[in-house]
Amino acid sequence: MPAPLLDVSGLRVSFAADGGRSTAIQDVSFNVGAGEVLSIVGESGSGKTLSLLSVLGLIDRRTTFVEGRALFNGRDLFTLPPRELRRIRGAGIALISQDPMTALTPVFTIGDQIAEQILAHEKVSRRAARARAVDLLREVGIPSPEEAVRRFPHQLSGGMRQRAVIAMALSCNPALLIADEPTTALDVTVQAQVLDLLRRLRRDHGSSIVLITHDMGVVAEMADRVMVMYAGRVVEGGTVREIFEDPWHPYSWGLMNSIPPVRGAKPARLVSIPGTPPTPQDIPPGCAFAPRCRLRRPACAAPPPRQEAGGHQALCLIEAAERPGLRAGLWTAEGTAA
Amino acid sequence: MIAAVLQRLVQMAFVMFGISVLVFLIFFATPGADPAARLAGRNASPETVQQIRHEFGFDRPLPVQYAIMMKKLFITQDLTSFVNRGEKVVPEILAAAPATLSLVAGAALLWVLGGLFVGVISAATRGSWLDRSLMILALIGISMPVFWLASMANLVTQSAYHDSWAFSWVPELGYTPLTKNPLRWFQGLVIPWLTLATLYVGIYGRVLRANLIETLQEDYIRTARAKGLSETRVLLRHGLRTSLAAFVTMFGLDFGSLVGGAALLTEVLFGINGVGRLTYIALGNLDLPMILASVMYASFFVVGANAVVDILYAVIDPRVRKE
Repeated sequence: MPAPLLDVSGLRVSFAADGGRSTAIQDVSFNVGAGEVLSIVGESGSGKTLSLLSVLGLIDRRTTFVEGRALFNGRDLFTLPPRELRRIRGAGIALISQDPMTALTPVFTIGDQIAEQILAHEKVSRRAARARAVDLLREVGIPSPEEAVRRFPHQLSGGMRQRAVIAMALSCNPALLIADEPTTALDVTVQAQVLDLLRRLRRDHGSSIVLITHDMGVVAEMADRVMVMYAGRVVEGGTVREIFEDPWHPYSWGLMNSIPPVRGAKPARLVSIPGTPPTPQDIPPGCAFAPRCRLRRPACAAPPPRQEAGGHQALCLIEAAERPGLRAGLWTAEGTAA
Repeated sequence: MIAAVLQRLVQMAFVMFGISVLVFLIFFATPGADPAARLAGRNASPETVQQIRHEFGFDRPLPVQYAIMMKKLFITQDLTSFVNRGEKVVPEILAAAPATLSLVAGAALLWVLGGLFVGVISAATRGSWLDRSLMILALIGISMPVFWLASMANLVTQSAYHDSWAFSWVPELGYTPLTKNPLRWFQGLVIPWLTLATLYVGIYGRVLRANLIETLQEDYIRTARAKGLSETRVLLRHGLRTSLAAFVTMFGLDFGSLVGGAALLTEVLFGINGVGRLTYIALGNLDLPMILASVMYASFFVVGANAVVDILYAVIDPRVRKE
């Protein structure tokens, strides 16, 4: 197996809080191979975005402490001097951020902002950079790109802005795209278009994509592999097939149960996971999910074991043999409650 | 864009008309006071008052009075001061304007550059000792009253250390026109510039720092960093430009009112014969024509400066531009 493009191991992110550090990301490891789509799912506040921003060094270094290792093409991003890291940002790894309404600087034209990124990484003329900006906008499906380069962000609709952000991310042919909930802020029809676009880009350019989302539908459609995060920990990871057909962790069960079934009897109401994720300050010492877990046992007060089989892994003490029964029980218990 | 500018200028003309009416009414239509007697000043003879009443049309309806007053101010420009025995008011203000403009423009240049420097450096190094010391210095600058600072500056440069090498170049108090002797003009204004700018550097630096720090939390700053731009470029190109709104607004108001005579204390203490000093003397003598003319002049500058600010907004931020 060739070395993965991005290999993150033992990532730990903590903030300075009154009376010590509060750890937001604990022992997160993952890798992304060339041309692969890794999807990171979890509720808001589970540390999906923070993990990736930490890898890119886009967090406030004054208040945030990052430990671990993040190898990109064999070079550790955490120990690179700022200059070198800047060369990778934008050119090797590009970021598509969540909200296209606020992701572009309001006072510069779309063309300026795309050309700026090209000029930051390549020795080309201003005119050539500008011409490439037009080509990129055409590629992401913006109508009349010659005119769009002269537009300011506020003159474009949300979908068009997200396309412009994607065009900008693609401008230096990055090997890895990090898409942070790229469709959350968009209308449903535009969402589908943007996902199509991402899929096409992956096919045409062979880029790897890290897709951060909380939409399981998007995961099923796009991902090769899935990583489920909860309270700053990876609670389950595996191929998209493994996660959808045989999830191991009760939290993943909860996520799956929140998708309405397409075939068969529809439940009276969708099952939700009660409660909210803990804040970094009050993550329990044992299993982080235990307080919200219906299958909680006394042993959950201790840190849960990591179970592995092939590439599939989960952070839970439930044994393989007990899983089907417990999961079915969760359904019926919920059914009678509803 | 040009249409928007024109529209703004027309608006400005209307505002100025409104102000002139308001000022006129405040001065001459206040019930219970005889405007002719007030114009004439203290201890005027009954004949003078009678003559003024006739000349300014105070025995005729208000609109006529307003028209006569505006004619005297703007067209014939022969409004005379009765306290100062026939001194024409408008030429006097126009003669004083270059001194005020020299003082305020120089100080404005200093405080804009100083404010930008303090604001950007503090925001870029926020939380560091450098940021903290700059903010303390800014606070000290804001807290020092200008009359005290000017007196201290005079004490040091004019008497206590005037004979030392450090301040022997400072000429005696007063204003030398630029056209007469550029070097003297500059030397004479350095200390007043610094004095006047001190307060504003503090205010502008602190406001810019706060706005910049707020802007640096924006998503587009993260996008700019993710693009691989240098920290300096992110700060100056993407951060600063979008943080300038408050800075520019304040500048328009402050510059307008200072040119309009609000630099009064600085002018008086440094013996600069500017509009502020003129107003100050007129207030002392109850010289109504002079006060009227300088109030009008000041308000026009504030309105004009605000129109310039609005146009600047459109230059800085495309969202303000009309389609």
